[in-house]
Amino acid sequence: MLILDQLINALQLGSIYALVALGYSMVYGIIKLLNFAHGDVIMVGGYIAIFSLAAGHHPALAFFLIVFGCTLLAVVMEKLAYTPLRTAPRISVLITAIGISILLQNLAQFFFEARPLPLHIPLPTGSINIAGTTLAYTMIITIMASVLSMLALNFVVSRTRLGKAMRAVSEDGEAAQLMGINVNNVVTFTFAVGAALAGIGAILYFVRFPVVTPTVGAMLGLKAFIAAVLGGIGSIPGAMFGGFAIGILEVLVTAAGFSRWTDGAVFLVLIIVLLVRPTGLMGRKIVEKV
Amino acid sequence: MKQFSLRMPVRYLINACLIIAFLIIGNIITQGELLSRAQNNIIIQVGFFIILAVSLNLSAGYLGQLPLGHAGFMAVGAYTGAIFWRMGVLPDGASVVVGLILAGLAAAVFGIIIGIPALRLKGDYLAIITLGFGEMIRVLINNLPSITGGAQGLAQIPRHSTFLVVYICMVVCCLVIHFIMKSRHGRAILSIRDNEIATESCGVNTTYYKVMAFVVSAFFAGIAGALYAGFLGILVPSDFDFMMSINILMIVVLGGMGSMLGSIVGAIVLTSMPLLMVDLARYRMIVYALLLIIVMIFKPSGLMGTYDFSLSAIIEKIGRRFSSGKVEKEKAQKGGDGNA
Amino acid sequence: MRDPKKPFIPERDLDKSPVLECVELGIDFGGLTAVDDFNITIAPTEICGLIGPNGAGKTTIFNLLTKVYQPSRGSMYLEGKDTKNMNTIGVNKAGIARTFQNIRLFNRMTVLENVLVGLHNEMDYKLFGTIFRLPSYWRAERIARERALEYLSIFDMQDMADYKAGSLPYGSQRRLEIVRALATNPAILLLDEPAAGMNSSETEELMENIRKIRDMFNIAIFLIEHDMKLVMGICEGVAVLNYGKLIAKGTPEDIQNDPQVIEAYLGTGGGERENA
Repeated sequence: MLILDQLINALQLGSIYALVALGYSMVYGIIKLLNFAHGDVIMVGGYIAIFSLAAGHHPALAFFLIVFGCTLLAVVMEKLAYTPLRTAPRISVLITAIGISILLQNLAQFFFEARPLPLHIPLPTGSINIAGTTLAYTMIITIMASVLSMLALNFVVSRTRLGKAMRAVSEDGEAAQLMGINVNNVVTFTFAVGAALAGIGAILYFVRFPVVTPTVGAMLGLKAFIAAVLGGIGSIPGAMFGGFAIGILEVLVTAAGFSRWTDGAVFLVLIIVLLVRPTGLMGRKIVEKV
Repeated sequence: MKQFSLRMPVRYLINACLIIAFLIIGNIITQGELLSRAQNNIIIQVGFFIILAVSLNLSAGYLGQLPLGHAGFMAVGAYTGAIFWRMGVLPDGASVVVGLILAGLAAAVFGIIIGIPALRLKGDYLAIITLGFGEMIRVLINNLPSITGGAQGLAQIPRHSTFLVVYICMVVCCLVIHFIMKSRHGRAILSIRDNEIATESCGVNTTYYKVMAFVVSAFFAGIAGALYAGFLGILVPSDFDFMMSINILMIVVLGGMGSMLGSIVGAIVLTSMPLLMVDLARYRMIVYALLLIIVMIFKPSGLMGTYDFSLSAIIEKIGRRFSSGKVEKEKAQKGGDGNA
Repeated sequence: MRDPKKPFIPERDLDKSPVLECVELGIDFGGLTAVDDFNITIAPTEICGLIGPNGAGKTTIFNLLTKVYQPSRGSMYLEGKDTKNMNTIGVNKAGIARTFQNIRLFNRMTVLENVLVGLHNEMDYKLFGTIFRLPSYWRAERIARERALEYLSIFDMQDMADYKAGSLPYGSQRRLEIVRALATNPAILLLDEPAAGMNSSETEELMENIRKIRDMFNIAIFLIEHDMKLVMGICEGVAVLNYGKLIAKGTPEDIQNDPQVIEAYLGTGGGERENA
């Protein structure tokens, strides 16, 4: 069952992209900021994992530290660099985000050097056989973990007070502020949730690609971002859909024997989507008021 | 009341003298034994980074968009120039000129192909799509080894990038962009940055001018790419990755978006500093990234703002100070006439 | 096209061909009808007003006329030319210029440069002439500069030519927008709340200037305004918009006595409540 194999493979990859894409999409939905440094949060998560596991922590503690570390990093980033720019032109904010991304990558390079470090995430190995298809536990865990995370996110956004506030701010920040919502807190919360998802994404990513380098987050971040754009940036279901779509596309291109063109294919999708439907498949059109 | 001002021909003469003086000084310095080989190389690198920054400033600073694929245009120019020079179909002198023009044109063609669709988008979306195009160019170069040498790269490129060649290209680039900006075309580009809808309401074809700014920007990036190829003698696709685009963007942003002088000073400082202070090279990118963030938070207009240096303006200022007594007298007289 | 019982154009202009003619113009936003069945005819050198309560769709009509929005139905003619396939740039070239309710100047450019952008299409030198500084460049630039200063002198602004537009006081910014629009050589000028934020003496001066502009350039002027003194004082024809529909057209006197207009401004049944 080669097709089923590939499909599961694609779902595993896609669920990682989806988790990371959610962070881009949520932050963009709220403050129209393209958080370029989001991918590098994952890289930091990777180094935390290496040190935590090397220190002999229980895997559960290590996982907690990764997610917590990513969240903390995002909150600090938001408070130090993005909050002062809340009213600045969009182009300044975008440049700042690029600056943070480069800063994180080069700090990592400075402390850990560019040499790739192996990272073994302790998850149960082995596999089960279903209908002639061999499924590794890691694959099942990855898909389950991301589906659960997304369900949890869905619950937070649709059922909790903060989630309601998030939706209000993304609809109209000024009006939300007038209704007594503390926009700054909501933005920080959004960054935190996005980064926590990226932390989970980091664990699952390094399960599949067990090497950490200072630039590991750049390409992953870029592809997740493309997934967010494909689904319609600012839309949560869009990000999930986009993530899976990019995962499937990559696996298909590789399976068809064009593994050197996978990056090219993803960029091509980005270009086509932006040209044909810049708001993505599930995004809303923003009309400039004259 | 007539203010002291220099007439146009005088201004042009002053600038022409300056350009020639720099050329002669530069040539003496680089030809002679005054500088080490490494120092000579720094001067040449500063030269093509000035071209890259000034050309990016056209689309980032003046047009107000944020293209993240400048390295892509540079790559197109670099490979075009390198492949042409390697063929060696023309005698050296002509080959340099034709190669540079071909490099610029090839990049400009890519500028049109990319610009027309990309410029339908704005802001973040435009930034991302140009990033995508830039990466696509690199993927193409990587996967077409028969033409570009693929990931192994292209070697044995004739080293045509002497000080003279780089300097002339730089002067032409700065002059052409300066001349465009001081014309109705340049004003159209600036007005798009300030308010696109109002620009359209003035009957200005905004799409045409956006593409024009983008294509001229790409043209000079292509020439700079060819100079880069002729300087290193070897090209690999990874030279033209996203980080190269970011490096150029940093120069423009730190110098001051919308200031040609800012781009030039930025290119000189940011390119020569790490080369001069090798010990600091380790910290280079960390410092630059921090600078980028700090500048954006505290002085988003960049270190130079939109200030543009003009020798003529300084001479005029001095001239006015000298003649100010006379002007005041005239004013008083005029006022008296009015009362009478 | 025109309803003879409700003459919008004063008699003296009836024999001239109109500069602007809208026939059943309308636009929907996502199923919601913002403007519907908008008919108007404006003669050359006529000053017309468009009034209506907030949110009636007045600015939307200006956006339709300047093709910032493409109309969903109906047609519009500029000096007899169908504007069907024109965009914002095209209708400007065909003779329509406007100012904006929320001022849209080129803030980082100088006052003179703002006007020069308005004169963009009056200059004809090409990129080649620009780069090589051919005589065509120098000639066109010199003439354009002189003309820009002349335009600025309408509002006595020539001394501000080198200031950054964004640094001007509010009133001057509004005036500069009018100058910039005039520089594009329109046949009809649309003014979106030109008196907004002005005190009564400034408004007085503005009325004077609007008349002056009309007489100097022989153009039609169509303006949105809330200041009734201005509208009734200078407009020869007034149109009233409510909920995206024209509810009355006519001379200022007609409008002031129109029961529908009074109702729109005072609310339904306002009169009756007063009686009770």
